[in-house]
Amino acid sequence: MKKNYSSHLFNNGLKVLLKEIHTAPLISSWLWYRVGSRDEVAGHTGISHWCEHMQFKGTTRFPARILDRAVARDGGMWNAFTYFDWTTYFETMPADKIDLSLRLEADRMINSLFDEKEVSSERTVVISEREGSENEPIFLLGEAIQNAAFRVHPYHHEIIGDPPDLKSMNRDDLYGHYRTFYIPNNAVMSVAGDFKTSELLPRIRELFEQVPAGPIPPRVAREEPVALGEHHLSVEGPGETYYLDVSYHAPAANDPDFFPVTVLDSLLAGPSSLNMFGGGGISNKTSHLYRALVEKELAVAVSGGLVATADPFLYSVVITVHPDHRPEEVLAAFDDEIARLQDEHTLSREINRAIKQARALFAYGSENITNQAFWLGHAEMFSTYDWFLNYLENLAKVTPAELQRTAQKYLRPQNRVVGTYHPTGVKVQK
Amino acid sequence: MTATIQRSFPGKDDITRIVLPNGITILIRANHNSPSVVIGGYIVCGSLFDPDEKLGLAAFTADALLRGSRKRTFQIIFDCLESAGANLSFGAGVHTVGFTGRSLVEDLPLLLNLLADSLRHPVFPNEQVERLRAQILTGLSIRAQDTADMAAITFDQIVYGSHPYARPDDGWPVTVQAITRSDLIAFHRLHYGPRGLVIAVVGAVNPEIIADQVEAVLGSWRNSSQPDLPILPELKPLKKTVTRKVQIPGKYQVDLVIGSSGPRRIDPEFMPASLGNSVLGQFGMAGRIGEVVREKSGLAYTAMSSLNAGIGPGTWEVSAGVNPGNVQKARDLILQEISRFVEKGVTAEELADSQSNFIGRLPLSLESNAGVVGALLNIERFDLGLDYYRHYPEMVHAVTPVEVLAAARKYLHPGKLAVAVAGP
Repeated sequence: MKKNYSSHLFNNGLKVLLKEIHTAPLISSWLWYRVGSRDEVAGHTGISHWCEHMQFKGTTRFPARILDRAVARDGGMWNAFTYFDWTTYFETMPADKIDLSLRLEADRMINSLFDEKEVSSERTVVISEREGSENEPIFLLGEAIQNAAFRVHPYHHEIIGDPPDLKSMNRDDLYGHYRTFYIPNNAVMSVAGDFKTSELLPRIRELFEQVPAGPIPPRVAREEPVALGEHHLSVEGPGETYYLDVSYHAPAANDPDFFPVTVLDSLLAGPSSLNMFGGGGISNKTSHLYRALVEKELAVAVSGGLVATADPFLYSVVITVHPDHRPEEVLAAFDDEIARLQDEHTLSREINRAIKQARALFAYGSENITNQAFWLGHAEMFSTYDWFLNYLENLAKVTPAELQRTAQKYLRPQNRVVGTYHPTGVKVQK
Repeated sequence: MTATIQRSFPGKDDITRIVLPNGITILIRANHNSPSVVIGGYIVCGSLFDPDEKLGLAAFTADALLRGSRKRTFQIIFDCLESAGANLSFGAGVHTVGFTGRSLVEDLPLLLNLLADSLRHPVFPNEQVERLRAQILTGLSIRAQDTADMAAITFDQIVYGSHPYARPDDGWPVTVQAITRSDLIAFHRLHYGPRGLVIAVVGAVNPEIIADQVEAVLGSWRNSSQPDLPILPELKPLKKTVTRKVQIPGKYQVDLVIGSSGPRRIDPEFMPASLGNSVLGQFGMAGRIGEVVREKSGLAYTAMSSLNAGIGPGTWEVSAGVNPGNVQKARDLILQEISRFVEKGVTAEELADSQSNFIGRLPLSLESNAGVVGALLNIERFDLGLDYYRHYPEMVHAVTPVEVLAAARKYLHPGKLAVAVAGP
């Protein structure tokens, strides 16, 4: 395949990836930092996400409220995300306005103020964000599962953080976190869209290469020991609907097993879209679990989720239980389906179908420049951009024998946490 | 914005618009930058036709279209779609049932065939209808626990009163229980037909070939029984502020919606109100509302305003998710901002910012096939003219602060607002 992007390493360690796409007069620019919730210790959980919020509170050059107005005035879209392994900031702008985005990102890499008053008002905003999530049964269940699945590894806590930490952290904690991790040699910039590399690269260099490098912060590297048995847990809350979340320890994105497990997910719960922006998904009504659980009226919905992470995270299946049934019955039927994948060879035809679905989802995502720039940088957070470029090819290499092997290796009861949401408002059955 | 960019928007010279003899309107625009294709459209059979005691009938019918046809079972329909990595779905609104689909360009004929088959020949198998009913009822039970959904439903009930827009499209558990399979068959037989059906196709296609393909699968469809839409009653304005709370115990956050009725999409006030709304609760970090409720007071993660304009009277509303202890404070701040907005309007600078945003964001909203499908359907639904997006910048620029103020004063009346609260 002809290389259609370029990669550059600046003197201060910043890696810059550029991909020209001339289909629409837009440019999407992303700045990625290798810092996320897995870099947090007890007492400081949620600090990376809160820090991300503070990055919108201004610098001396771009005071708070000036930034967002400037981007909006130009018709741009901007936002930021904090994840387990990374934090990222993006702007998608009309092509002739991209300079604003470059200037503001170079500036807030080093000059954010973290004003005391702003820290204080943002504390309650973040707590409110958490309370909004707590309204959702699936969030409460997912958080309990994460806590149970990771006793040692920092994937243990939710990205948003634990309430006592959100109440106790202060301005200096946040600023210290920012100064430690927001350095060019801990960052990757990815830009895709309607530009000429020969013109854009010197401008990026001019703005970013002057930011001094710093000592690379060490990563918390506490490997999760192999689980010694199946965990069961339950969460209680309002409502009338039972949910079941079955989460297996899964391979990291860079592990060759990630690809067979991706195919397993596709067969079990339907194809997952890799697209962060645009594209939409494909329904899962012919997937094994939909047929076994929803068509048999044990459940009303099922979905699977495998995420690309730097260290092994979880493969989760979330099931909305049918009102006439109970989670135990659903789990028994679920286990029968898992056993089929472990006991029998999957037909090549089924694998080929999963590949075609992935190819279609890829095509849908390519329409969107923001999505393209996202992947250009995202893959660098756990591998390299080649991971993304070779993704379809690697999926296509998966064999029936490998599927069976990975089903046996990962989808074992000893390797999972089973969580049930018990609704307190459930009506008594006759 | 340069003239070149403006010419890249959909317009008369690159939209193919064809009306078939049976009344179906086809809109097509080629985009050869992408190997995929998106279809979208609507058919005039929304929840306005639902009897009160069977509210949710239109939505149930739309959901059941893909559950089996004369030629294909549920599993065969989805095997065709999912094997191709394609998708197709239907969803009911008040006036229309919308559909949307996507596939690789090589699978477009398949997608069109499945669309036509499910629209024209659904059989509503009994087993599937009952399975779907359980799914819908579970959905309603989850909705009853969703603070944002319940605040939105309650808000509409206050604003619309006895007007049919007060009814939620999905119905209520008791009305969904009352719907029979015969109701679905009868609803389909009476309301589904070519009159008023609009379909847009955007992607790597040849418009002439696609028009022929659409005609081949839908051109012979006839239904002389399709009734006209019921005439909507006048909306009665609120005489005083009405507050209603839905108690949802055990939740952590309260959702709050405050506002009033708003313009129709075709009203002359739509554009000034839309720009005013941007200043009030959209622009940058959610405009003045975001500034006061989130940035200055730290009361909410989400706080914004929205203008929902459609065929009939719309709504103009401010919403926020807040801690149960802060409801009063957030409510007061929002009411204060609405009053200030209605009293003083917007400054020339604020308006210029929002105008610039509306125009500048067009390329982004029109970059994908799905975005263009949305634009084409917008043009058709509200009869905006095929060159609408080419003239859009001039229309946005023409709005003055005086017009924004007049629009605000026409719709938002402090002291006569709807206040809906849902949560613990």
